Amino acid sequence: MFTPDLIFKVVLILSIFVITLVIAMYSTYGERKIAAFMQDRLGPNRAGIFGILQPLADGVKMFMKEELIPDISNKVLFILGPCLAMTTALMTSVIIPWGSTINIFGSDFSLQVTDLNIGVLYVFAVTSIGVYGIMIGGWASNNKYSLLGALRASSQMISYEIAMGLAIIALIMSTGTLSLKEISAAQSGFHWNIFVQPLGFLIFIICSFAETNRAPFDLPECETELIGGYHTEYSSMKLGFYLFAEYINMFIASAVISTLYFGGYNFPFMNDMGLSSNAITILGVVFLFAKIFFFIFFFMWIRWTIPRFRYDQLMRLGWTVLIPLAIFNILLTGAIIFATNN
Amino acid sequence: MQSLTNRKKVVGKKEMTWVEKLYLPAIFGGMRITLKHMFSKKTTISYPEQKREFSQIYRGMHVLKRDEKGAERCTACGLCAVACPAEAITMVAAERKKGEENLYREEKYAAVYEINMLRCIFCGDCEDACPKESIFLTDRIVPSDFERNEFVYGKDKLVETLENPIDISKRQTAEVLEFKKNKKLTHNR
Amino acid sequence: MTQFLFYFLSFVAVAAGLMVITAKNPVHSVLYLIIAFFAIAGHYILLNAQFLAIVHIIVYAGAIMVLFLSVIMLLNLNKDNEPAKSNVLKLAAAVAAGLLLVTFTGTLKGTESIIAAQPYDDQIGYVKALGKVLFNDFLLPFEVSALLLLSAIIGAVVLVKHDLK
Repeated sequence: MFTPDLIFKVVLILSIFVITLVIAMYSTYGERKIAAFMQDRLGPNRAGIFGILQPLADGVKMFMKEELIPDISNKVLFILGPCLAMTTALMTSVIIPWGSTINIFGSDFSLQVTDLNIGVLYVFAVTSIGVYGIMIGGWASNNKYSLLGALRASSQMISYEIAMGLAIIALIMSTGTLSLKEISAAQSGFHWNIFVQPLGFLIFIICSFAETNRAPFDLPECETELIGGYHTEYSSMKLGFYLFAEYINMFIASAVISTLYFGGYNFPFMNDMGLSSNAITILGVVFLFAKIFFFIFFFMWIRWTIPRFRYDQLMRLGWTVLIPLAIFNILLTGAIIFATNN
Repeated sequence: MQSLTNRKKVVGKKEMTWVEKLYLPAIFGGMRITLKHMFSKKTTISYPEQKREFSQIYRGMHVLKRDEKGAERCTACGLCAVACPAEAITMVAAERKKGEENLYREEKYAAVYEINMLRCIFCGDCEDACPKESIFLTDRIVPSDFERNEFVYGKDKLVETLENPIDISKRQTAEVLEFKKNKKLTHNR
Repeated sequence: MTQFLFYFLSFVAVAAGLMVITAKNPVHSVLYLIIAFFAIAGHYILLNAQFLAIVHIIVYAGAIMVLFLSVIMLLNLNKDNEPAKSNVLKLAAAVAAGLLLVTFTGTLKGTESIIAAQPYDDQIGYVKALGKVLFNDFLLPFEVSALLLLSAIIGAVVLVKHDLK
């Protein structure tokens, strides 16, 4: 029953879970620090040296806050909302290849929890059901602003999913597989997909901003119009779950972008340095996380640079710019594949 | 109308070029600016450890000075209260008893002297009006509080203690002293 | 294990399906329907049809139900006391659903011969097998439906573009 493989998988799942939570936790700190630096401030620097204990202080604060459930809300769904948001945020990390194989005591273990043969579509499915946490929470709050935030979230996500899916289709056409493991392996060295699909990457990253509800597409929770958006009525750790889910989503989106377009765990000259396969794997994990951190930084960089879109601008961008562009990208990819195969 | 300066700029809704419509150059320009600011010098002053330097003539919380022997200089003449544009100062005068010569410099003294720090505008007119060199504004900040009536400062907070005299030499420069000696000026009389 | 999962998923699907039609609140109905869809997706995975399962979730649970939910929220149908429909309507609905049931049963009875002719293949639900079938045996219907969907997308884009005259 307890084969080494099973034990390794359990350890892997637990460590991914913990790493995800820790990174999400420190993303909140990074967000505040980066925002501060970009605005010529210092940011949180009181809790611990350079303020590195700030996320813990925030967590304690969240737990100690009074828990309010509105009297006229739908209580079951009100509690279900943040749980769903958190669950769907954590689900994607299952299929991301965090590294190639590692050799322990003579047997190979893959640093990927499971390799579905429909990998990319799984990512897509999880993002598409991610909207339910927001919608259910927003509706159950029984508050106009929450409801508007939820409706905005749903229509925004559906609209941008189309362009995202079309961008992924072009990528699948050029890689010829749906499995994230094979996509990663095919990009070994410096054959990253970004050089094959630059336009697709641009569409994908814009859509992932919209899918994670990050600025400039943070319409569902835009403070100036909707108070707090879908989480207006939430308090204490339920609010914390929503905010946390956003950061987990950002981490996962960065991981997916790195895997799909930036070579995943591959790095240039990985096979020319004469390293053992375990060393390459460990270096690959380091490189993957470096890429992920860069994209998390990129998400924050954009957030503190670009103002929020207006809602009609958001819809116009999604439907009249990104979707035609994505279809054009598919045609272009098809034409290139056709031309090179002949 | 004819413009008197050459600063006038005609703004209009100009049709954007194709490159401008892409918005990407503008976005990258903005990102370059924010990235530059990430490494620029920060303007924050970490307050308790690091204090902003006060101006030489900063006007903060008042002090009622004592003379060289440690007696209070204030004689409760009321000129500061009259001079105060915000009506923040009130006082009750009393006569000095025998044996209190080391406490009060002159025969009359202020038994109660109150400044309402919420009313005070820190203009420094009381300091100018004072003929006895008693009241001065210092570079101390009035601390915050939760209650409004905590801001009515009595003598307990205003009079300097013997152990820990407040330095007002910055306020009492040679020019100021010269100015105060000139009794021809109305408010020095 | 598989058998246990099958019974569990079937129970969830049937229970959720019953709740869809008995729940008073339309939003609850939609949420139960989503649960039913997930149970059915689980059945697909048990049949090793992973592609079908994930597309089922993307299209039905991820897109169409979100649309249902937002429409119900927008129309503010979340009242518990929906006025009852007339008996004629109820009868018509029952007859229509019954006919659908008869059709399904008839079709499923026909599949027994197919199962006998083509023994079980564990790769059948994989993307590769499915793609081969779609692009070899059913190329025309597949392309026609793809064109249909593409024209729907283009139609949506044209509707948004007011200045496109």
